[in-house]
Amino acid sequence: MELCPLIKNILLLDSEGKRIAVKYYSDDWPTNSAKEAFEKAVFAKTQKTNARTDAEITMFDNYVVVYKFVQDLHFFVTGGENENEIILAAVLQGFFDAVGLLLRGTVDKKEALENLDLILLCLDEIVDGGIILETDANVIAGKVASHSMDAGAPLSEQTITQALATAREHLTRSLLK
Amino acid sequence: MAQPLVKKDDDRDDEADYSPFLGIEKGAVLQEARVFNDPQLDPRRCSQVITKLLYLLNQGETFTKVEATEVFFAVTKLFQSKDIGLRRMVYVMIKELSPSADEVIIVTSSLMKDMTSKTDMYRANAIRVLCRITDGTLLTQIERYLKQAIVDKNPVVASAALVSGIHLLQQTNPEIVKRWSNEVQEAVQSRAALVQFHALALLHQIRQNDRLAVNKLVSSLTKGSVRSPLAQCLLIRYTSQVIRESANNNQAGDRPFYDFLEGCLRHKAEMVIFEAARAITELNGVTSRELTPAITVLQLFLSSSKPVLRFAAVRTLNKVAMTHPMAVTNCNIDMESLISDQNRSIATLAITTLLKTGNESSVDRLMKQITNFMSDIADEFKIVVVEAIRSLCLKFPLKHRSLMNFLSNILREEGGFEYKKAIVDSIVILIRDIPEAKESGLLHLCEFIEDCEFTYLSTQILHFLGIEGPKTSDPSKYIRYIYNRVHLENATVRAGAVSTLAKFGAMVDTLKPRVFVLLRRCLFDNDDEVRDRATLYINTLGGDGAVVETGEDVKEFLFGSLDIPLVNLENSLKNYEPSEESFDINSVPKEVKTQPLAEKKAPGKKPTGLGASPAGPPSTVDAYEKLLSSIPEFANFGKLFKSSAPVELTEAETEYAVNVVKHIFDGHVVFQYNCTNTIPEQLLENVTVIVDASEAEEFAEVASKPLRSLPYDSPGQTFVAFEKPEGVPAVGKFSNMLRFIVKEVDPSTGEAEDDGVEDEYQLEELEVVAADYMLKVGVSNFRNAWETMDADCERVDEYGLGPRESLAEAVNAVINLLGMQPCEGTEVVPNNSRSHTCLLSGVYIGNVKVLVRLQFGLDGPKDVAMKLAVRSEDEAVSDAIHEIVASG
Repeated sequence: MELCPLIKNILLLDSEGKRIAVKYYSDDWPTNSAKEAFEKAVFAKTQKTNARTDAEITMFDNYVVVYKFVQDLHFFVTGGENENEIILAAVLQGFFDAVGLLLRGTVDKKEALENLDLILLCLDEIVDGGIILETDANVIAGKVASHSMDAGAPLSEQTITQALATAREHLTRSLLK
Repeated sequence: MAQPLVKKDDDRDDEADYSPFLGIEKGAVLQEARVFNDPQLDPRRCSQVITKLLYLLNQGETFTKVEATEVFFAVTKLFQSKDIGLRRMVYVMIKELSPSADEVIIVTSSLMKDMTSKTDMYRANAIRVLCRITDGTLLTQIERYLKQAIVDKNPVVASAALVSGIHLLQQTNPEIVKRWSNEVQEAVQSRAALVQFHALALLHQIRQNDRLAVNKLVSSLTKGSVRSPLAQCLLIRYTSQVIRESANNNQAGDRPFYDFLEGCLRHKAEMVIFEAARAITELNGVTSRELTPAITVLQLFLSSSKPVLRFAAVRTLNKVAMTHPMAVTNCNIDMESLISDQNRSIATLAITTLLKTGNESSVDRLMKQITNFMSDIADEFKIVVVEAIRSLCLKFPLKHRSLMNFLSNILREEGGFEYKKAIVDSIVILIRDIPEAKESGLLHLCEFIEDCEFTYLSTQILHFLGIEGPKTSDPSKYIRYIYNRVHLENATVRAGAVSTLAKFGAMVDTLKPRVFVLLRRCLFDNDDEVRDRATLYINTLGGDGAVVETGEDVKEFLFGSLDIPLVNLENSLKNYEPSEESFDINSVPKEVKTQPLAEKKAPGKKPTGLGASPAGPPSTVDAYEKLLSSIPEFANFGKLFKSSAPVELTEAETEYAVNVVKHIFDGHVVFQYNCTNTIPEQLLENVTVIVDASEAEEFAEVASKPLRSLPYDSPGQTFVAFEKPEGVPAVGKFSNMLRFIVKEVDPSTGEAEDDGVEDEYQLEELEVVAADYMLKVGVSNFRNAWETMDADCERVDEYGLGPRESLAEAVNAVINLLGMQPCEGTEVVPNNSRSHTCLLSGVYIGNVKVLVRLQFGLDGPKDVAMKLAVRSEDEAVSDAIHEIVASG
């Protein structure tokens, strides 16, 4: 029996069950199609429930899945069938709130995709190889968002490259319109 | 709180389905990744490209080896940039790419530099990345830094090192991690909650094989220095493990550490409270006094506003209800309100718990509540409820009326096949087990088939009606339902209905004339099968005034089971060529074979064996019994006591594959050799096994039954029977030689030559062991069974089993040696446990019930010691069991 609480996967899906960002920490789903099948099944099983105020929970194929929805985003955390449900819920809450903080309150699919790097870093800070790293949303978001410069970097060089990058981006956008 | 810095584009355009990844393509992104090689790095742009790469991987896209290597090398260039955000993405990317050993070397120095950097974020992440991708040799180089990191004052760095340690301990290099014990111990005292949690997890894993050390760890920490709720949950798990392992030693008196668990019920964190409550309910042999406080907190959770808490509580109580239904009854009121819970998982668990704990008087009220609930849950939940109701009904047979009504009501409502089948199965079981429920149950089934969309269920019910219906007080009332089928249903159901009608006609004389009328109408059916059946039954029942067979024969024909394997019958019918001679069912071989013998006079008809299913004969005792009794030589051996599982006597993929099944009778043993010829160019004839029983003194060969012919890839059996002293568990070794006449077969025509050569083939030895005389028969309540056995017939002794791979391996070895049935799931040994109790039950030859209690303990690192206590109805048998173990 594994004594340490383990997370099997964390999923962020959209309102059609499509992946936004997913992270699997267990070998239970060895192939991408196995993963997709799991996501599809979880989504189908939960989409009609109302998990917008409190986190909801269900048993599924000997996994416990806790989940919470906001706008067109569906958050899931999966654990083994003997896992402490409340620990799983704590991880879900940490993920959910951290994403809320990182997206500055505008939590929807569009924002999530545009800030996918933040979401991926967020997943990286919550669980490492199945072991819970952190559940406090403020700490998680803090770790992800510490985007400031390394003290050792030459400041001048930085500002110029950044300015160039912004300019280039604006240009491409206006061209694309 | 750190202010989140989010990159946002102010002039972003607000089209509804704009996605930054719209139309993204792997090839294009890989091209883009060239910016990583720019001399002047643009961190922002690089970050975006990495995000795109990660997006592709996340969507299930895979990179070829070449692509992955290219991306990896490009990414390593990014270590030049000092941008923290970019560096973070680089770390994630490297982990996703999981580089090969020779690639790892490229990044090692960069990561090691980050590991010793002044920036904590670098250090923490570099440690995680490095430990993820590293192999053993590198680990020794960085060990010093890791040890320092464990006690680093920045909790993020310490946690990163500790968590990496946990992974390393399980995978690459346990020995090195074990050397960090002192630092980890220091980290357990950390003020940072998560550090404490990770340190405790690692420390326990380092010490998990040292029982004393775990014991010490638990006793010192339970005195209260753990602050983190997660660490406290871990501690509770470790504590219950210690309790489990010490339980065998001191059964009387107070349970050690129970006070700690109970104290945790008052913790401020819900996860700790729940963990403790669950741990208490799972204690071995928990008393109701110990349970009460745990049940009380779970009861509070039941009325929580959070679904997760309600679910956790009701799931735990549901488990408790299986073993201690009385302890849960206090929660019944709260549980009843959960029946209407929004979350259907919770509602279903609540209902099944209530059904387990409910008493006779509350059944009716409960059923009323459930009726409302059933209409709006999914089929899978309904099946769970139906099964719970079935067991409730078997528990309170007096309540069969309301429960049966409930089942029939839900049977009429909408539902899928699995759900309907569960209901029908339940009703059938109730009819069988509760005689009073029979008539109403049958009527419910009749009503159901009036409007049943599932052919399978209709025919099953018709068959069941045919057997049970005629025995009821008024069989005539079922006829209408059955005959309606003949009008309204598809051909399969109509044919089933015809058979059922015939059964009524055969069993109930008063109905016979009326059944004839109905059957005659079926003669005009437009389906062949239905007409054939009707004709057949009219003839057998004598409706045409023809010569009637005796009543017994008719009943045997209608109700008896067909003792011929259907495969054989099918094959014989296929081979039958229409002629003057009518088909004789007695010519169909009764021996269980996948294929009939290929007849030589039918050239070209040789089965194209390759596609034939290689499945051996069915292994159930019933099938064996039938098979053996059909062989005249063995018919007088009496009742078959036990048939062993097949034992292979040849290596896999040899010319001839032979396995043997040992059939044990009271005074005889029959060896059934299942032979398969795997050479297409050979036909074997007159196949026998020559058995040398010189090492089995108590056995004397009495009969053998050769196999006439063994064509390619079509298994056949030959038998050898031995006499042995009656009722005695004689053991011995037998050496076997396969002897046969081999004939060459021309592969193009499939025809065998006329002359054969006699040949032999050495098989492996076969042993009759004591376990062959033991039937696996379980008992439902081991403790009761144990206590009702006479203590005078108990024999206890201790054995040293010597060094073993694991405790589980030792437990399995003893179970196999005795050939007994493990009870109450005690054959499963929890990981890392140092001791284990296993309960076995069985029936020894001579129909003597035997119960065995095995206590295993690890003595030193690998040595296993075992205490064996046997109770049986006969002292001699108890002694015999000890003999088996002592000589095994």
